[in-house]
Amino acid sequence: MAFPHRPDAPELPDFSMLKRLARDQLIYLLEQLPGKKDLFIEADLMSPLDRIANVSILKQHEVDKLYKVENKPALSSSEQLCFLVRPRIRNMRYIASLVNADKMAGRTRKYKVIFSPQKFYACEMVLEEEGIYGDVSCDEWAFSLLPLDVDLLSMELPEFFRDYFLEGDQRWINTLAQALHLLSTLYGPFPNCYGIGRCAKMSYELWKRLEEEEDGETKGRRPEIGHIFLLDRDMDFVTALCSQVVYEGLVDDTFRIKCGSVDFGPEVTSSDKSLKVLLNAEDKVFNEIRNEHFSNVFSFLSQKARNLQAQYDRRRGMDIKQMKNFVSQELKGLKQEHRLLSLHIGACESIMKKKTKQDFQELIKTEHALLEGFNIRESTSYIEEHIDRQVSPIESLRLMCLLSITENGLIPKDYRSLKTQYLQSYGPEHLLTFSNLRRAGLLTEQAPGDTLTAVESKVSKLVTDKAAGKITDAFSSLAKRSNFRAISKKLNLIPRVDGEYDLKVPRDMAYVFSGAYVPLSCRIIEQVLERRGWQGLDEVVRLLNCSELAFTDMTKDEKASSESLRLILVVFLGGCTFSEISALRFLGREKGYRFIFLTTAVTNSARLMEAMSEVKA
Amino acid sequence: PGLTLQLWRSLGLHSGLAPRMNRTKGDEEEYWNSSKFKAFTFDDEDDELSQLKESKRAVNSLRDFVDDDDEDDLERVSWTGEPVGSISWSIKETAGNSGLSHEREQLKNRNSFSTYAQLPKPASTYSLSSFFRGRTRPGSFQSLSDALSDTPAKSYAPELGRPKGEYRDYSNDWSPSDTVRRLRKGKVCSLERFRSLQDKIQLLEEAVSMHDGNVITAVLIFLKRTLSKEILFRELEVRQVALRHLIHFLKEIGDQKLLLDLFRFLDRTEELALSHYREHLTIQDPEKRKEFLKTCIGLPFSAEDSAHIQDHYTLLERQIIIEANDRHLESAGQTEIFRKHPRKASILNMPLVTTLFYSCFYHYTEAEGTFSSPINLKKTFKIPDKQYVLTALAARAKLRAWHDVDALFTTKNWLGYTKKRAPIGFHRVVEILHKNSAPVQILQEYVNLVEDVDTKLNLATKFKCHDVVIDTCRDLKDRQQLLAYRSKVDKGSAEEEKIDALLNSSQIRWKN
Repeated sequence: MAFPHRPDAPELPDFSMLKRLARDQLIYLLEQLPGKKDLFIEADLMSPLDRIANVSILKQHEVDKLYKVENKPALSSSEQLCFLVRPRIRNMRYIASLVNADKMAGRTRKYKVIFSPQKFYACEMVLEEEGIYGDVSCDEWAFSLLPLDVDLLSMELPEFFRDYFLEGDQRWINTLAQALHLLSTLYGPFPNCYGIGRCAKMSYELWKRLEEEEDGETKGRRPEIGHIFLLDRDMDFVTALCSQVVYEGLVDDTFRIKCGSVDFGPEVTSSDKSLKVLLNAEDKVFNEIRNEHFSNVFSFLSQKARNLQAQYDRRRGMDIKQMKNFVSQELKGLKQEHRLLSLHIGACESIMKKKTKQDFQELIKTEHALLEGFNIRESTSYIEEHIDRQVSPIESLRLMCLLSITENGLIPKDYRSLKTQYLQSYGPEHLLTFSNLRRAGLLTEQAPGDTLTAVESKVSKLVTDKAAGKITDAFSSLAKRSNFRAISKKLNLIPRVDGEYDLKVPRDMAYVFSGAYVPLSCRIIEQVLERRGWQGLDEVVRLLNCSELAFTDMTKDEKASSESLRLILVVFLGGCTFSEISALRFLGREKGYRFIFLTTAVTNSARLMEAMSEVKA
Repeated sequence: PGLTLQLWRSLGLHSGLAPRMNRTKGDEEEYWNSSKFKAFTFDDEDDELSQLKESKRAVNSLRDFVDDDDEDDLERVSWTGEPVGSISWSIKETAGNSGLSHEREQLKNRNSFSTYAQLPKPASTYSLSSFFRGRTRPGSFQSLSDALSDTPAKSYAPELGRPKGEYRDYSNDWSPSDTVRRLRKGKVCSLERFRSLQDKIQLLEEAVSMHDGNVITAVLIFLKRTLSKEILFRELEVRQVALRHLIHFLKEIGDQKLLLDLFRFLDRTEELALSHYREHLTIQDPEKRKEFLKTCIGLPFSAEDSAHIQDHYTLLERQIIIEANDRHLESAGQTEIFRKHPRKASILNMPLVTTLFYSCFYHYTEAEGTFSSPINLKKTFKIPDKQYVLTALAARAKLRAWHDVDALFTTKNWLGYTKKRAPIGFHRVVEILHKNSAPVQILQEYVNLVEDVDTKLNLATKFKCHDVVIDTCRDLKDRQQLLAYRSKVDKGSAEEEKIDALLNSSQIRWKN
């Protein structure tokens, strides 16, 4: 199985250089603090760091002991402390408490804070307020692009989503623009740019400004990647909220893939140990099933198991020489395959057990009904029952959001009753979560007169027309109608199926959701690439509330090879899911393109909901 | 349908992961509910998951052969599953430095920090740092300088190592746009020269037009310091992007006072109330938290939220009383229920439904007058019937109090006849009972009350309620299915006899 690429499919650029750059930069920074030092690392940076460096590299640069940044007093006795952190206020407070405790004790040490991927003025302000500005030196480690796989770059910034889409804070836009700038410096200019969404547009503008300011660097170079597409997560919340059923997505939903690797517990490894496994194209077994609908995975794995058995069986009846050959040439590969195979079989089994227990069938049925817009009453009572039975709070929230977005908001009676039951089942403090979800437009109430309009008109009375225009603009970015049903119709997201949808030989991207729904985000990308812009999509763009936020920028570039013109970099602002990645990989195979993904973080429905939750579990 | 599809159906996942069918309603209904596709259970021997199981067996059988020698090609993994030598692993090592197990000791020695000097250097020792210092390595074709030959290296070099002073602007006349550009590049840049309100606003608007949130916040920090809050608020009210940044900044640094002032100024009463309410999460002491919640009650929430806040306060108030009372009862050791089922956690700050469950578990028979009685909770918080029954059922089933379960569903009509009714549907009742391992006799009774015949048959088969299956087949006159079921019951059992009797009976006119 595993659909092969077309023979003319373009080669992917080599992104391992990004890892080397990041590592070398870190080494350079460590060398800025000569001599032995202890290194404090923020938990969220540990896995990304692991992917580009290891302990011995740190040791070579005189890192003595490693500590995790957590809210505990440090036991380090080193004369030099180095902190490797995300630019967060609480990290600054932690460092300040350490430094101030030293000061009280009359102890002098050297302190260095390395912010990754960049420092924020708010952090420096805290250092100043705490009286330690000047006592610590600050540096930046611009490690903002981690290649998780041959075609997947992650900024590993899950907070991007909440910061921008809930709080409206644009602090990461510069980080993103810098990352794009780095990519265009390394992999040539991008002749064709498209994008949709407010954040996408702003990032694009800032990036272009950076290019102007440091011009000349990419001029005259042959572009390696023909197209770049920037897309805001809030263009399509629906896809991200659906249960995933392609293997990689299902593994992510079930076990949580973190920074490209997953912890398989004893129930998967069939031993008493847990195992951390890297999941990427290098895992030959995984690579063949990652994009498959889960229902195909079994037959594939059992075929593989049979083949493997046959290969091992060949050793019977071998003479000494043949045996020697077998051991030296084939055994290692077979053993590796065997190990991987048994892991993925274990994972499948564990997924099946979990899904059967939680009534996955009914859940998916409800999701499909919501996507298609029938039996809304039944779906609502299904969600209600979910809440009453105290099934996972995140799951209940996700279904409510899916209902809200597909229906342009809940009818007030349902909103009130579901909210009340939710608070009773999972705790009254979730009142705050509901307020967040409403602000982000994920869970809203249908209202006859939009409450925002009242505020808007009140404000606009106070100011001139020009400023009022800006305000309306700002408001519409936060709370807007989803118009999902109309968009779905326009873009044909629910495929009409005659007979059975053959998941073994998918006919379109809908296979990632069992043939029930083509991911909206991927459909937009497909359409724009086909049309080389937004022509003919005016109505869709309007329904997406993006009339001024869809852009195209094409430069005629004779040097672009036909191969590079079939390479497309898709940038997801606010996160993308494995289902979307699989869908676009499929599209690529169909059309002879290859997609490269850049995401602020890999996400899924649970992560989106947790980001909105005010109450930490 | 293909083999895979069959497998999926047999797993009970047909409408889940299996392909979507063309939707012709009636047709589909019949299809999914058709009794050919029984619910799947994992202890079922005759299921088709055997395909997977077989593969697993095949793979496992190879293990002996595979595991006999070197592990070199396997990644070395520590007891927590982290690859040894990884950064996450060694941090855990530094963290837990007491009571090392033998295994960990070994692992540590294998990769301890002291032995690192003997480790071979990584193949690529070319580092950016040496590159910056001007040391070149001729002949290193893999070097970065080659790879980036047409790019000036400066763009990758972090701008540091040079004295900070170099960046300080001695020049006092940066324009707003120059200033914002410098801020964007992360350079230290004094804003003190922007003294007139007009200059300050111009600076802010320039920052907003560049879209860089970090710079917007930097300017806001300056404005907050140098403008009275009334003026600051007034200017931000008409600049929503900047306003959002200020709100987020105040939330992050925890300047609650200014945040509330801002919401008050903007007349955003609901956000004001919610922000105030949010503070309760930081209060650990239950009494203090309760008192704090009391101060929230009068805040300008929406009508609907006001009721929730009131309920939150009342709930915690009740929980404090119940907790004190029950802790006393438990420690006195005189009450049977607490002796038999010691409490696992305190009830404080639990959701209402959990509290109801607790009360149904420990205080089921109490009169309505007490705070801890389930009926009292139901009335006070207007818990819907459905929710109440669901929760009470779970609690009583857990205690195996089948009599209470029975009473929960028994209603009398005006003529005095008793009838079983369940607001949640009997199929749910059965599932909950099964989860709490109710005996077959009990399960059977409720399976029989399930109205939909197919659901009933599925449940009965799943939970091995033989009599229900047999009787239902008889009522359906489905000889084939009865025949098939015969193979699932024990040989020589009463069930088998019953089936045989039916199959041989001449009274029944079988439909097949």
